[in-house]
This record gives sequence, C-alpha cells and structure tokens, in this order.
Amino acid sequence: MLTAGFEYHTAHLIGAVVLMMGFTLLYQRRMSAVIRAYSWQATALALAAAWQGFVQHAPHLYATAAIALLFKGVAVPLTLSWLVKRLGIHRTVETALGIGPTMIAGVGLVALSIVLVLPVTSGAGAITRESLAIAMSVVLLGLLMMITRRNAVTQVVGFMALENGLILAAVGAKGMPLVVEISIAFSVLVAMTLFGIFFFRIRERFDTLDLAYLETFRGERQ
Amino acid sequence: MPLSSLPSLDLHNPVLWVLSIPLIGSGILALVPRWRAAAVLNVVISAGTVGSSLFLFVRRPDENQLFFIDDFNIYLVVLTAFVGFTTALFSSAYIGRESKARRLSPKHLRFYHAMYQAFLFTMLLALTANNIGVLWVAVEAATLTTVLMVSLFRTREAIEAAWKYFILCSVGIGLALFGTVLVYLAAQPVMGDGMPAMAWTQMIQRADAFQPELISLAFVFLLVGYGTKVGLAPLHAWLPDAHAEGPTPISAVLSGLLLNVALYALLRFKMLVAANGHALQPGPLMIGMGCTSIFVAAFMLYRRGDIKRLFAYSSVEHMGIITFAFGMGGGLANFAGLLHMTMHSLVKSAIFFAVGLISQSAGTKRIADIRGLTVSQPFLGWAFVVAVLAIAGLPPLGIFMSEFLVISSTFASNPLLGIPVILGLAITFGALVLRLQGMAFGEPSVLSGYGESVRLSRLARTAGMLPLISHLALALIAGIYLPGPLVAWFQAVAKLLG
Repeated sequence: MLTAGFEYHTAHLIGAVVLMMGFTLLYQRRMSAVIRAYSWQATALALAAAWQGFVQHAPHLYATAAIALLFKGVAVPLTLSWLVKRLGIHRTVETALGIGPTMIAGVGLVALSIVLVLPVTSGAGAITRESLAIAMSVVLLGLLMMITRRNAVTQVVGFMALENGLILAAVGAKGMPLVVEISIAFSVLVAMTLFGIFFFRIRERFDTLDLAYLETFRGERQ
Repeated sequence: MPLSSLPSLDLHNPVLWVLSIPLIGSGILALVPRWRAAAVLNVVISAGTVGSSLFLFVRRPDENQLFFIDDFNIYLVVLTAFVGFTTALFSSAYIGRESKARRLSPKHLRFYHAMYQAFLFTMLLALTANNIGVLWVAVEAATLTTVLMVSLFRTREAIEAAWKYFILCSVGIGLALFGTVLVYLAAQPVMGDGMPAMAWTQMIQRADAFQPELISLAFVFLLVGYGTKVGLAPLHAWLPDAHAEGPTPISAVLSGLLLNVALYALLRFKMLVAANGHALQPGPLMIGMGCTSIFVAAFMLYRRGDIKRLFAYSSVEHMGIITFAFGMGGGLANFAGLLHMTMHSLVKSAIFFAVGLISQSAGTKRIADIRGLTVSQPFLGWAFVVAVLAIAGLPPLGIFMSEFLVISSTFASNPLLGIPVILGLAITFGALVLRLQGMAFGEPSVLSGYGESVRLSRLARTAGMLPLISHLALALIAGIYLPGPLVAWFQAVAKLLG
C-alpha cells in the first residue's frame, strides 16, 4: 500500500517534469531540438496520466496515457520532422521576442498561475491544487510560445504544448469523466493542424499585427 | 467508461432523430458522387431535421446525463434546424452556379455536402448536450468542420483565413476546456466523482454549494474561450476572414448559427455562476465585452472594401449587442437578447444569401465595384436594401424591436450604460446606410459575373430566392406583431436566464 505522501510527491514530480519541458521548449534555437523537447513533454504527460490512473484506480486514464505516448510522443514528432524536411522550413527558430525575455515572461506566468490557483482551490485536495497550478503554467507557457515564435511549425508546437497542459489538468481532476474522449478530440485537432501545414504548405506565421501587409493583400485599402 | 454508461436513447425520443438524421445524412452524402443529387438530398435531410425538431414540442424527452431539452435550448434547436434547412435550399442554387462556372470540382462538392450536415450535427449536439464535456467536444468539432469548409475554394486568401480561424479558435476552445475542468473541480466536492459533476441540470440545482472562487476563475476562462468563438472583441480577429473567404452559404450559417451556439454555451455557464450567488458577477464582464464589440465593429464598418467583410463586422456588432443584453440581465433585457438572437440569425443569413447572389452576378466582392443594384437587378436589389435596413435596425423590422427593447431596458436599470450603446448603434447605422447607398442606387456597374453561360433553371433560381424572401418576411412579421404564445414563452426563457 502506498502512502498518500508518496502518491502526492510522485504526481508532483511528474507534473514538474512536464512544466520543465515547457520551459525547455522556450529556449531552443533549432527546430529539431524543439520537436525533441515536445516529444519528451508528451512522454512525461503519458507518465503523469498513467500515474493518475494508478492512484485514482481509473483504468480509462491508461488509454489517455497510451494516446499521449504513442500519438504525441512518437507519431507527432516524427511527422513534424518529416514536414520540416519536406517543406524546407527554416531549421532555426525565428523569434518575435528574444529568448531571454521569453524565459523571464515564462517565469512570471508560472508565478501568476500559482498565485491565482493556490488560494482559489483551498477547498480541493492538495494533489488537485498543485497539479492544477502546474497544468495552468504549462497552458500559459504554450500560449507564450505561440505568441513569441514566428514560424508556423513552432506555433503549432506551442499549441500542442498548451494542449498537453490541458490534458494534465483533466487527468489531475479526480474522477473526471470523458477524459479519453477529450484527448481523442484533441488528437484529431492536432492531426488536422499537421495535415493543414502539409496540405497548405504553410511555412510562415500569418502575422495579424502586420496590418499594412494584410490590407494591401486583400484589397481592403481603397 | 462514459460511452458504456450512455443512457438509453429509444426511438421515441426526438433528440435521437434530431441528432442522427444529420449524422447519418453526412455519411450518405459523402458517398453520393453527383453534386446535383447531393444538393437535393442535402435539402431533404435538412428538412427531415426540421421536422423531427418540431416533435420536440409535442413530446419533450426526459433529461439524462448526456442530453436534455428545456425551454431555452428547444428554441435554438428549432431555429438552427430551420436556418440549416433554408441555407441548404439556398446552397443548392449557389453551388449550382459555382459548379457550372467550374470553380468547384465534384470532389470538392461531395466533401462540402458531407461537411455541411456534419456541421449541423455538431451544432445540434452542442445545443442538446447536458454534459459540459460533450458540449465542449461538440463546439470543437464544429470548429473543425467549418475550417474545412472555409478553405474550400483553395485560394491563398481562403487558406490563410482558414488557418487563422483554426489557430485562434483552437486556442479559444483550449482555454474553454480549462474552464470546463475548473467547473468540474468546483462541482466535484459537492456532486461526487463522475458524470453528475458534469451534468448541467444536476449542477445548477446545487450550484450554491460550489466553491465560489473556483467557479469565478472558471468563468473567466470560459468567457475568453467561448467568447473567441462568439467573436467578441478583442477576440474577433478570425471572424471577418472566415466569413469573407468561405463559400457564402457557410458564411450564412457561421454568422446565423455558430455564433449563437457559442453564445449559448457561454450563457449556460453564466447561469451556473449566477446560481452560485457568491462568485463574481458575470454581468459586468459581459457588458464590457459587449460594448467593446459594438464599438470596434462600428468603426471598422466604415473602412471595409469587401462586401462580405462588411457584414462579418456587422455580426461582431450584433453579437456584442446580444452579449450586452444578457450581461444586463433581468426579464426585459434577457427577452430582448433572445429576440435579438433570433432576429439576427434570420436577417444576417438573409443578407448573406443576397450577398452570395450579388457577388455571383457582379463577379466581385469589392463594394466599390458594385453599384446600382436596384436598377440592374430590381428584385434582388430591393430585397438587399430591405435586408440591410433590417440589420441596421430600422422599423418596422424585427431587429428594431429587439434593439429598442435592449436600449429601453438599459435606460430603465442603468441609464449611463445606454449612452454608449445608442452611440454605437448610430455609428453602425451611418456606416451601413453609406455603403448601401453606393451599392443599391446610382448608375449600375457592369455585371461581369456569371452571365448567360451559367444560367440556372427556373426552379433552381426560385430555390435561391425563397430563403431570402422567407427570412425577411419572418423578420417583418416579428417586427410588427409577435404572437402571444411566443411572447409568453420568450418571457419564460428570460426568467430562466435570470
């Protein structure tokens, strides 16, 4: 019989690994390293889901873990590497905001989610509280990555990292139904993005801030 | 686990029919190779959905863990099925022209029809879902199907629009999922593990016991998440592109139906937060976003060069008005919001029908190149004039009535908030009338679109005009006289919304 303390610390540790991988994603300068870091994050997520399945006696979480491991940990990274090669996408990461400031912003976001979540969840169990704070940090780091990276592939990796955070939150919520269905729905979404990059040959991020470009492009300026 | 606990949906349950007809229809349409047959079948399937949705009035099913029907969603289900049907009718004429002009290949059309029904299915699933997880999956699937349809023409602009829509709305629904997990966490200590803590009808009864801070945090995420899909400023960046670049029938259902569905999801959570009583007030947040949307859209309307973009911004404005009305709350404002949701749905889809026909015959979507429609195509031109005046809020059409109610209820409860709304409406009115004048009157421009070579049969042309006329007629009738039972019923729903 495992003690509650051990269960809690292990879940905490695995969650922290997912979060560290979220940071690792932020400071990579090469595309292949970004993809590898994402793969590790997905693997850590699979471990977190499996551990929660074990602790909560919820066998359906093993299915979520399997999806995370096989689809996100293996299939998606392989497809992404193939896409980068096939479409001749820049091998270096193009940033909109430098790596240093991004890391500082990332630390700020983690602090924000801890400050926000911990007082709010005083009623819930400790295991839920901390994993929720970690999950929210992962979500926000994914969002940060989407904003600060220019290239479509890194943008998509940011989205998938965000999604890892969401699944982490869902598996951490004790007894939450439909987690498997939700992770399948998300996998479809991710598969669509990859398909979209390939099919539409999207190399660049569409910069909504660049209004001049957009307006001339669409004949909006009269 | 959850699928095995699927409650029995027996054949007497109309919800089963409402959901399975479009779902099975989508599968069948994917197999029909001839676009003509597919277009007709699409209309027939949509008519079947409308028919079965009417049975909901006769035999209202009992709620279960996954689905439920109450006064609020029954009307949106019927409205969605109806507009889905009229749009299918319009689409048959629209697609006919596009196909004859060889802009769409048979393969694309097959895909288009299958996706159309799949899209209707996801919207109806979202509306009838009791489980907030199912609601989320349905909204996500609705995003996926529409992304595929927005990119249908495969032009660079269409792909860019689809991609932008996809990424922005994916992030939006991602945040909505986080909010959903937070709602579950708030409900779980009270409701116990598992399905009851995600079933809306069960949660609302005990919402007062939920932890208020958690549910407040959840609502912020849900507002940003589903608000992105509603197209509330400043989260609306995807909306004009997606409306402008997709096929026009899709613009009509996006504007008329999907925005409503996303707002419906948001309102369900608003009811939950309001039922809690100790959490944050959802009203001011919604009022703030509503007002921002009205203003952003009102000023954006002046600089539009593209006719579909113009009306896409007008959708942002109207969703802002509706969100504002529900944010005000109270019997009259909720009544106005519900009426406005219905009227906007009918009139905006009618406008897109007209715009579709206009851009096909004029061969352009540039406002500057479209002139003198009432001279060159009198019937269509005048219908367009009526539709634009209706959306601008001129009496005696339905939108005037709902906007009037929004403003008068605002002045009754909080006069200061009424001023920005009136200002926003006036600015919008000016922009729309300015643009309308150029397009409808004056020396007609040369029609360089599909000429005699892509003429349709009389039947097909009637099918193209009928939805436009019927929507405008309904808006006119609602503006002049709302039947008593309908009023009583809207009032009951308004009370439900709190």
